[in-house]
Amino acid sequence: MNILDPQGPVAAADKTILIDSIAIMLAIVLPTIAAIFAFAFYFRQSNTRAFYWPDWEYSGRLELVVWSIPALTIILLGGVAWIGSHQLDPAKPVAGTGETVTIDVVSLDWKWLFIYPDQRIATLNSVTVPVGAPLHFQLTSASVMNVFFIPQLGSMIYTMNGMVTRLELRADEVGNYQGLSAHFSGDGFPDMLFDVHVVSQPEFASFASDTVKSDRALNGDSYRNELLPQSVPKNKPAYRLDDPELFGEIASQRIPPGPGPEPAPQEAANVGTNHAR
Amino acid sequence: MSGRTMLGKLTWSAIPFDQPIPLLAGAVVLVVILAVLVWVVVAGHLPDLWREWITSVDHKRIGVMYTLLACVMLLRGFSDAIMMRAQQAVAFHSNGFLPPEHYNQIFSAHGTIMIFFVAMPFVIGLMNLVVPLQLGVRDVAFPTLNSVGFWLTATGALLVNISLVIGEFARTGWLPYPPLSELTYSPGVGVDYYLWSLEISGVGTLVAGINLVTTVLKIRTKGMSYMRMPMFCWTTLASNLLIIAAFPILTATLAMLILDRYLGFHFFTNDGGGNVMMFMNLIWAWGHPEVYILVLPAFGIYSEVVSTFSGKPLFGYRSMVLATMAICVISFMVWLHHFFTMGAGPDVNAIFGIASMIIAVPTGVKIYNWLFTMFAGRIRFSTPMMWSIGFMVTFIIGGLTGVLVAVPPADFLLHNSLFLVAHFHNVIIGGVLFGAFAGYTYWFPKAFGFRLHEGWGIASFWFWLIGFYVAFMPLYAVGFLGMTRRMQHFDVAEWRPWLAIASIGAGLVLVGILCQIAQLVVSIRRRAELRDVTGDPWDGRSLEWATASPPPVFNFAILPDVTGEDAYWAMKRRARDEGEHEPAYGPIDMPRNSPTGFVCAFFATVMGFALIWHIWWMVGLGLLGAFATFVVFAWRDHDEYEIPADEVARLDRANLQARRNLVTAAGSI
Amino acid sequence: MSLAVAQDDPHHLGVLAKVGHEGPASKRIVTGYGFWIFLLSDMVMFSCFFAAYAVLLGQTAGGPGGAELFNLNNVAVETACLLLSSFACGMASIAAEVRSHLWFQVAMAVTCVLGLAFLAIEFHEFADLVARGAGPSRSAFLSAFFTLVGCHGGHVSAGILWLLTMMAQVYAKGFRADIQRRFLCFALFWHALDIIWVAVFSVVYLLGSAA
Repeated sequence: MNILDPQGPVAAADKTILIDSIAIMLAIVLPTIAAIFAFAFYFRQSNTRAFYWPDWEYSGRLELVVWSIPALTIILLGGVAWIGSHQLDPAKPVAGTGETVTIDVVSLDWKWLFIYPDQRIATLNSVTVPVGAPLHFQLTSASVMNVFFIPQLGSMIYTMNGMVTRLELRADEVGNYQGLSAHFSGDGFPDMLFDVHVVSQPEFASFASDTVKSDRALNGDSYRNELLPQSVPKNKPAYRLDDPELFGEIASQRIPPGPGPEPAPQEAANVGTNHAR
Repeated sequence: MSGRTMLGKLTWSAIPFDQPIPLLAGAVVLVVILAVLVWVVVAGHLPDLWREWITSVDHKRIGVMYTLLACVMLLRGFSDAIMMRAQQAVAFHSNGFLPPEHYNQIFSAHGTIMIFFVAMPFVIGLMNLVVPLQLGVRDVAFPTLNSVGFWLTATGALLVNISLVIGEFARTGWLPYPPLSELTYSPGVGVDYYLWSLEISGVGTLVAGINLVTTVLKIRTKGMSYMRMPMFCWTTLASNLLIIAAFPILTATLAMLILDRYLGFHFFTNDGGGNVMMFMNLIWAWGHPEVYILVLPAFGIYSEVVSTFSGKPLFGYRSMVLATMAICVISFMVWLHHFFTMGAGPDVNAIFGIASMIIAVPTGVKIYNWLFTMFAGRIRFSTPMMWSIGFMVTFIIGGLTGVLVAVPPADFLLHNSLFLVAHFHNVIIGGVLFGAFAGYTYWFPKAFGFRLHEGWGIASFWFWLIGFYVAFMPLYAVGFLGMTRRMQHFDVAEWRPWLAIASIGAGLVLVGILCQIAQLVVSIRRRAELRDVTGDPWDGRSLEWATASPPPVFNFAILPDVTGEDAYWAMKRRARDEGEHEPAYGPIDMPRNSPTGFVCAFFATVMGFALIWHIWWMVGLGLLGAFATFVVFAWRDHDEYEIPADEVARLDRANLQARRNLVTAAGSI
Repeated sequence: MSLAVAQDDPHHLGVLAKVGHEGPASKRIVTGYGFWIFLLSDMVMFSCFFAAYAVLLGQTAGGPGGAELFNLNNVAVETACLLLSSFACGMASIAAEVRSHLWFQVAMAVTCVLGLAFLAIEFHEFADLVARGAGPSRSAFLSAFFTLVGCHGGHVSAGILWLLTMMAQVYAKGFRADIQRRFLCFALFWHALDIIWVAVFSVVYLLGSAA
């Protein structure tokens, strides 16, 4: 999960900007900190050799320097920010080898559903992607807000009910990584982790063709009954996608958002309000 | 009518008998409160307490009570912090000792309490105590309203703490983002506790803001023109202008959430066309200025302290004023940097990112100006100065990480991570809290007439400083490792050592707090030897040091006539050159004490509690009571009393006599 | 650098400005000033509700929009009531200035009656909307409408409570200085509600029925 160990171009570029910005700022921050210690030490009351100007309160030249140092730094960093946020706009397509893989992501209470509309498959809490191919994510939420984040692949993005956000990524190294929700979403939030399997392109093709034969079907009914209620799943099932319009129905709220907590008596006693009655 | 309907949603099951931690904590707090009450009654202090403090409209007393509230709430907020750090230290592959529903309440309460009931009352308390003294006047613009504001803030704090034992607190974080905070996903009373306590204390804060702005703009002594005001008055002005412009946004936003939850409106719901993004925009349009509401007064405190303990006027006063007002204005144009990751598009992100960075320019100017105030000075390393130097170094690091997350691509990696948590603790502890502690030590002798013990103060400073670095530097590191905030448990092995170190840091801070308690106890016991007889214990420069410690109720027997910056410094010089002659004393009218604030807050508490639990008849009772209180207040005939000239002269002569020695001593510098 | 120079030109502005400040302002000025600041903060609060209304204007969730719901004739009468009540409030200010008990009470009574008429029409409009199934929980648009207009109505109701208290105070205590100051604040409040109503009228009703 180390963001300083990027495995894709977006994460690598994000990291470069991060490191560059720190370096630019350290160039003025370190001398300033040193000056604080030096002045504090040298002008201590007990140092009788230090000079004392009890009325010195103004120097036009110093004021100019004092305003220009931070201003110049910020102009430089502002340029970095402007160029960076245009080059690394989450919705900007990323080049790659092979066909673009579209993945529709739904954050649920408290799990992640990944729908591959082109492959007609879906997975829960696990996403498998081909190495080197452009990845086109469309994201929404089935209940509360979450943030979709795979630290080693780069940029995170919000998921919100009734809305679709976009994210373009690419994975450059075969391997297993981890993704998580980066926005608090309730009691099951810390369990909203998902596996990211980056596999070779042929392996991805066979993963897709295997999964499409799965005996577990995902459609409006199974989504509503199995996925929509609040739960933390124990395993990571894969589905064949029976209803290719499912993501659109979720994002456009034709399937209504998740129902929230069940009115359980134990829970009711804990939180102090008796929902059961 | 059955008892059930009489008490709305409130039943015995609201009290968490099955959860030992909150119950125990609540019981301890209750026992302490009862013990204090019993002691007050038995020792016969109750009438004094009522006459001299609870009903007081004296800005100094109210300032002290605000600060006391902040200190007590700091203990509550810090015990939440200790529990969080302990939980994360042990919650690797396990559930730790706090279940999610409890852990989530703790981090929500920690943020809410620390911002609204520690940082806010601390800075408002210091402003209340000091600003009228620095302006050379007798009181704030609206003394009774001042008391109302304080007691409404206390009401909010009380409601948050009631949630510990009756019901629950919000489990949504310190800013309750919908739809999680909507009735569908948070059906309990927790969010309602949050909403009503902040609505009520928000009114109190607004009142304090109006009061202080009017005071600074309209009530200054003769000759105290804007460009002669001490820096703390300028930052007070800027901070309270922000309160006036920003707190109504909070009130309106929370009101919309209340309407959603209580009456089925659709402002932020998933269904009915509600818009959650509107909540985020509105809450941060308040939330970002709020950061500067807290830190600007702290900047003012550092300006006073660095100048006094360097024995020099503040360097670049004009730049400082300009920087303060620039921060005040720009802080309203940066709120979107709290959600770069919403997908707003590169232009919007870049513009708000750059606007956020621009705030770093005036802030940087301030750091350099403090630096050059120290240059060619004679620096005395008393406790307030130690806090200030600790602040300067720490705040620069916090500023660096802050500018870093204002770069959108960097924020795409660090948003909501523990890096962010470390950043804002870096600026709020290193900026606001260190400033509050500096101000507390600096002005304590002014408020009570004796200094705080120096040794314990320095000890607490080092424990706080080292504890802070040990607690939060690991969080920066673990943020780089991808750890997000608010995790009740985790399975990533490489996070574990960092979280363990962070919990040690929290322990060090605990020692720092214990040192502060020891400092207070020791100082009170040895107050005779720490007594400040001159009213000017630090060789100060502004007018608060021109009067006795503690000041008489009227502050100044004769309102001082100001002829320049550092008014009291100039007075000391003049007195040395010209000698002094006794002024002609006259009688002084002062506002009468009034229980309006306390009674009004009592009814507000009743009303807030009733609203949380849907006890509608009690809501009506509270409203009626509050209105009746104001009518009774409006009906009184004598709102002022006169202090005769003889009494004024007696008090002032004693003060002048006591400080003659000091003036002679100052002449030798 | 001598101290004298530093005092005459402390900020190196190049001019020896005589900065005069006469000391604390009078109570009347301080009270009025503070109340103005309160009104500004109140307007910030209203502007949030205006912003919410603008954002949610199109979010009717399949329900009715402004064009089908608003009755501009009704609103015109409401506006007339409120503006006339402001005029009556102005008359009360003059009466207070010349300390005429009779005219003060008459003018305040007229202000009160017109204010109540405004509230009655608004209440009727709200009740009618709810009866037609267009209550505040119907859609986000209606939530924003009821909140914005209702917040103004709530202010008017509080103002009437204050007005009655002022009438009773003047009756019982006469035109004492502190009561005059309070009345000044009340008048400011009442006129400010007019200004907000003009914005409500234009943004909610005129633009709303056009949409």
